[in-house]
Amino acid sequence: MLGYALRRLLIAIPLLVGITFVSFLVIHLAPGEPAEIQTGDLSIQSDKQMRERLREEYGLDKPLPVQYWNWVKRLSRLDFGKSFSPDARPVLQKIGERLPVTLLLNVVEMLLIIALSVPIGVLSATRQYSTFDKVTTVFVFVGFATPDFWFALLLIMLFGVQLDWLPISGLRQINWEYFSFWRQQWDFLSHLILPITVATFGGLAGFSRYMRQSMLEVIRQDYVQTARAKGLAERVVIGKHALRNALLPIVTILGLSLPGLIGGSIIVESIFAIPGMGQLMVQAVFERDYPVIMGNLVVVSTLTLVANLVADVTYSLVDPRIRVAGRRSRR
Amino acid sequence: MRGFWRALRRNRLALVGGVVVVCLVGTALLAPGLAPWDPNRPDVKKILDAPSAAHPLGTDALGRDVLSRMLYGSRVSLAVGFVSVGIAMLIGTVLGAVAGYHGGLVDATIMRTVDLMLVFPRFFLLLAVLAFLRPSIWTIMAVIGLTGWMGVARLVRAEFLALKEREFVVWSQSIGAGGLRIVWRHILPNAMAPVLVATTLGIPAAILTESGLSFLGLGVQPPHATWGNILNEGKDAIEIAWWLSVYPGLAILVTVLSYNLLGEGIRDALDPRLRQGVGRIATRRP
Repeated sequence: MLGYALRRLLIAIPLLVGITFVSFLVIHLAPGEPAEIQTGDLSIQSDKQMRERLREEYGLDKPLPVQYWNWVKRLSRLDFGKSFSPDARPVLQKIGERLPVTLLLNVVEMLLIIALSVPIGVLSATRQYSTFDKVTTVFVFVGFATPDFWFALLLIMLFGVQLDWLPISGLRQINWEYFSFWRQQWDFLSHLILPITVATFGGLAGFSRYMRQSMLEVIRQDYVQTARAKGLAERVVIGKHALRNALLPIVTILGLSLPGLIGGSIIVESIFAIPGMGQLMVQAVFERDYPVIMGNLVVVSTLTLVANLVADVTYSLVDPRIRVAGRRSRR
Repeated sequence: MRGFWRALRRNRLALVGGVVVVCLVGTALLAPGLAPWDPNRPDVKKILDAPSAAHPLGTDALGRDVLSRMLYGSRVSLAVGFVSVGIAMLIGTVLGAVAGYHGGLVDATIMRTVDLMLVFPRFFLLLAVLAFLRPSIWTIMAVIGLTGWMGVARLVRAEFLALKEREFVVWSQSIGAGGLRIVWRHILPNAMAPVLVATTLGIPAAILTESGLSFLGLGVQPPHATWGNILNEGKDAIEIAWWLSVYPGLAILVTVLSYNLLGEGIRDALDPRLRQGVGRIATRRP
């Protein structure tokens, strides 16, 4: 087991180096020499200043390998540079403030998706072609096709504007400090309801589809027939023998879909004005705050890498076949 | 091939999807003739007018006709969908073919690059790149294409790995056919089925990505109308002008849904084995 985890870790190291390399290369897309740009004078001026600033910050006049080496050396000391915005705070500090919010959103979203999609998938698989199955299939197709930002706008219109039940922006009301303890908790929670609904909706369609597919395959296996033949209750056959095996591929898919879920927080956070990584990224792009953009890219992709690693190791924990196969192919 | 058409025709949902897709392509091509108003002509007397006979889908904050803007917007969505997916398919097919046929170090290098690209949440990568470029329809197409080829590369590689062991390939090698000829004449045509499916399912994903970027204000820039940037304006007027938010989103929903139904239909018709294909979730969200 430990060997397997270590092997996965070794594979992750070159990927980590790759992440820093790609994030570094991105700054070389910065607007080139002023002569190449044909738009207004003002933007030429600002491009020129920006170029100058980037050159100072990252030593763009040095050879490429030297530039990269210097950037990696700084990263290894967790020095992501200072933000280009007027407050000029360290990038790491800015990201550190916002990371917990995005993590909270994504973890809650993930738990909700699992809690809902597993029963939906199991029910529609065990009752294939029933009304329930057909309704969920329609839901899946519509869910796949609904743009999350549009769904968010509809919810805002209904619950925020028409009914005026739920807050539509930020995480807390302005006069939050004056509320009683429970009122504060409810205030925070009510701010999260709409964003989390939007974030969960998109992923739910995909996962319940996968769960259904996986379950359909498993209930046709011989061991499920055997379990029935030896007289076990249907509840035990489905809930224990079938479900455990059907859940296996879902672990991998969960890992694979993480970048998508984290990426989705960009849209959700900007619509609902939630101060997380996604909103920080959008702001940084508008302000052309390059150190923050690069820092964000490194942090978010490293998080994805770690999460994938955890998913892989979890998969091997729940399915010993993976470990054995890995060992065999190594020989 | 006849079996393919028969199977596709029998799938009613896919057929509906296909008809809607054809209609959408038609309206996009004919937009200048169909649009009742000039999509970019403001009218101060008609600011945020509710839907009426003259303006069936209302007007926006500058008094422009929303229906006309949406018709022109469909051209952007379609163009971005087709071109960016074309780019992604080309890169993915070439790299997947090289990796699968060549094997060894080349294969390892290409596949590790795929792994690396997949570690970046796509929307973050898109935004990072767009921060440095001037957003225009061309950069959007290029950027979506360049960040979307990894799934195809994996698919094509897997096909190549399986196909290159088959008798017809081994025999043509044994009579001395060159590598390029074998790949081009014998392996590639047999590996195209999953690419076709990935293309049909990739177009709606690209349309969603483009509209998401335009919604954030980082995609195709106004005054160019796109479904995404009409929605962006709709967000600012959400308390007074519901039509600005509802209709463009509905257009995206219908478009994406139709392409997905058609794509699933093609997949089932081509090869029922492909039904379990992974990659749906990867393409669902940008």
